Amino acid sequence: MIYIDEKLCKGCDICIFICPANVFESSNKLNERGYTIPIPIREDKCIKCHLCELICPELAIHIVDEDGEG
Amino acid sequence: MIDKQQERMERYLRLNIFPTTFCPGCGCGSILNAFIHALDDLDIPPEEVVTVTGIGCSSWIPSPYFKGDVLHTTHGRSIAFATGVKIVKPDMRVVVFGGDGDLIGIGGNHLIHAARRNIDLTVFLVNNFVYGMTGGQVSPTTPYNIQTTTTPYGNVENPFSIAEVIASSGASYVARWTTYHIFQLVRAMKEALQKKGFSFIEIISQCPMNYGRAVKLRSGPKLLKLFREKSINIKEVENLTEEETRDKFIVGTLVNRDKEEFTERLRDAIRRAEER
Repeated sequence: MIYIDEKLCKGCDICIFICPANVFESSNKLNERGYTIPIPIREDKCIKCHLCELICPELAIHIVDEDGEG
Repeated sequence: MIDKQQERMERYLRLNIFPTTFCPGCGCGSILNAFIHALDDLDIPPEEVVTVTGIGCSSWIPSPYFKGDVLHTTHGRSIAFATGVKIVKPDMRVVVFGGDGDLIGIGGNHLIHAARRNIDLTVFLVNNFVYGMTGGQVSPTTPYNIQTTTTPYGNVENPFSIAEVIASSGASYVARWTTYHIFQLVRAMKEALQKKGFSFIEIISQCPMNYGRAVKLRSGPKLLKLFREKSINIKEVENLTEEETRDKFIVGTLVNRDKEEFTERLRDAIRRAEER
């Protein structure tokens, strides 16, 4: 599961650019500080490379492993 | 439910002061993220690490977010302070963060002399090509003919190739990566943290506000795309002409050698003096 911490996100769209599976999409949704946050709209395409988690400058993206398989 | 990133952040970062002070799309946050990944992969507890920083945006990478010892010092003098910390606390891992204006511009001599001594420090130089915090003035790494706040008719100077300078000054480990090459950067950080002697990584990072304005690429993704297009791996450079490598970022490990280290030699000298 891809979890985005909306309080931390600054809407830089690096995750949209970097994702090799094109999971994220920009949205009109604003967070409490007025930044437009991305949405993992094609989450089923996620290949769990953890690149977005590693490059996110605000450390806002978490790839949560639900069944604990890695 | 396993959230490794949350575990990592709780272990290494002071989460109560988040979000960071960086501008949207700034590379400094990615470097902080890569740094905690490297520490977590090596299983180094935050108590064993001292981070030393100077002045500038990149000096805000560990300070105040890192949950270990943080020493935020005067402009350009972070390596001088770090040298002192390493000599009195040789068991601690001393990591210096600084920008191009801080470490090359103001504290250039400290940097090259620390490399000459080969003191066991790990230096992460965040090169964003301008003085970002003060509004985008020209720095020693600004490329030729870039229009900055202080060079309105284009920069007339040539930039430093700082990784090559440090390599020839005698450092044990020298690498250059960009924030686009983030997996390679984590691997290089792990190598640098484990290396005995002066280890140095030049991290080419994006400044979407000030450098972005100068090159008319005012967002993080646009600058990352530029890094991807302009980077050449060092293994491929041999087959290319000088013309083809001009204005390109040559990324990879420049130097990785085993050399005698400064603090060990110093302790040896102290022992000999006491025996006399």
